Amino acid sequence: MGYPHKSHPRETPVLSRHFGDPDARTLAGWRQRGGYRALEQALGQTPAEIVTTVKDSGLRGRGGAGFPTGMKWSFMKPGDGKPHYLCCNADESEPGTFKDREIMRWTPHALIEGCAIGAYAIGAETAYIYVRGEFTEPLQRLTDAVREAYAEGVLGARAMGSGTRLDIVVHKGAGAYICGEETALMNSLEGRRGVPRIKPPFPAVAGLFGQPTTINNVETLAAVPHILANGADWYRGMSLSSPKSTGTKLFSVCGNVRRPGNYEMTLGFPFGEFLHDVCGGPPVGRRFKAIIPGGSSVPIQTMEEAEATRMDYEGFVAQGSMLGSGGVICIDDRQCMVRVIARLARFYAHESCAQCTQCREGTAWTTRIVERIEAGDGTFEDLDTLLSIADNMTGKTICVLSDSCAVPVVSGIKKFRAEFEAHITQKRCPMRASASASTVAVAAA
Amino acid sequence: MSDVDATAPIFTGARRAALDALLTRYPTKMAALLPALWLVQETHGWVSDASIAEVASLLDLTPAYVKGVVTFYTMYHRHPVGRHFIQVCTTSPCGVCGAEDVLRAFVRHTRVPELGVTSADGQFTVVEVECLGACGFATPVQINDELIESVTPDQVAALVAARR
Repeated sequence: MGYPHKSHPRETPVLSRHFGDPDARTLAGWRQRGGYRALEQALGQTPAEIVTTVKDSGLRGRGGAGFPTGMKWSFMKPGDGKPHYLCCNADESEPGTFKDREIMRWTPHALIEGCAIGAYAIGAETAYIYVRGEFTEPLQRLTDAVREAYAEGVLGARAMGSGTRLDIVVHKGAGAYICGEETALMNSLEGRRGVPRIKPPFPAVAGLFGQPTTINNVETLAAVPHILANGADWYRGMSLSSPKSTGTKLFSVCGNVRRPGNYEMTLGFPFGEFLHDVCGGPPVGRRFKAIIPGGSSVPIQTMEEAEATRMDYEGFVAQGSMLGSGGVICIDDRQCMVRVIARLARFYAHESCAQCTQCREGTAWTTRIVERIEAGDGTFEDLDTLLSIADNMTGKTICVLSDSCAVPVVSGIKKFRAEFEAHITQKRCPMRASASASTVAVAAA
Repeated sequence: MSDVDATAPIFTGARRAALDALLTRYPTKMAALLPALWLVQETHGWVSDASIAEVASLLDLTPAYVKGVVTFYTMYHRHPVGRHFIQVCTTSPCGVCGAEDVLRAFVRHTRVPELGVTSADGQFTVVEVECLGACGFATPVQINDELIESVTPDQVAALVAARR
């Protein structure tokens, strides 16, 4: 779905089918569109049957890591006598990503239904949906929909008239990118500072409130009712490339692009055609210089890499990056890559929880150096220092925020080294010879 | 909202009932901390030391612990802010679309002395915010609870004037 919510003929609208349709927001409207039949069906099955269906569908986590959802659910041991919890990660804050926002704004009942099925499948009575605090409208839509679901008996002590108890609590975050990390989210939900926890123990053993917990992204859970209603084969059949990447995925497209917005694609679609045909290509008179295809934490792609990519988990890796959250950031030839990378580094420095030394010091140090280079005060030695810091920030901390800061720096220096060197030799930003890049961007928008 | 007495107890009457309802949703009292702090901020506009002490006592926590949590998150204000709290996203996806010019326009038209400092008339506070999760609608600007999509510098004067 582009903007405003008009589907492109080459999309496969499953999750986004009702984006832009206000009637789909109400419980009655959702039921008219086939909603809650999958939940009814699920409550008549055993949890193990549901887990098998989701496993067979090939569904993988849509939040960034791509872990197989059915397998994650199977880690929850039934009958262990402990309370189980489902967490829904709606803390969408990866720069470039704005898909969960649309799911919650337009189809809140899709998420509620997915949470209810997921909770039942893992033996949980309670699902917590952790929504980032800035998402005022999604929070309101979701809260209204949950209230409606309780009033109509979809949720509560006898969910859908069954003997099963299902509760859903919408929990509002308070501003911290790191709370999108699963264990930080759990700490935050418990009323703590949102700092990530050391793993193991993994959430399936000791998660929220120390109990077995599964955490899934909004988009992942919203896909579950469709899989149950239409079958695992139907979902697995939606793939244009690797059998390890099945179904549809929402791609949030932003930056310097003709038609920004959310697009739902069958996995395996050619990325070049996606960028040029579906999204309309770069702004008039410009050309794309680089793409960050999966949210700001994945390696930057050159256009040669992007054009050769298949849009699936394996396809992005094969072309030097990752699918991540599906947040496609387009960068055109007016932009200074050093400036883009400096701003990304500043983001991670701002969002570091400061628990691990490598991250606390490394993100700040990296930012200072890249900003210095951008200002024309850098040296060639700075490039080596940046790579050395990045090495010390990768794979050495409790969570991957530190790694995520290193990623654009390393891929940027590797793939756009000439731009860094031009700043150093010319002692200024070569892109800002006449007008500032950002001023030009606004004028052309 | 700085005219409100930020030291007055918050959890009386309806708000006490709201807190009690919150406590039924979690297996621990501590888990109600973020929602309780939201009730504080919705009432007073910011979170004072007195409110921190009140929340701590109601949830069996220490004020130092609560302060540690409050200051971890960016959305709780530790000081009064302007009647219109304006957050402009300038993270890279919006940055490449000219977000910094939108930010500059807000500073100019609201006449705030600098980012984070409230205007002399108490009307406006402008801050730079990291990714608002609306990157396809650059530049997103959040004014109090309202998110405005696709703001360009030339729209800023009218957005400010309408709220003055």
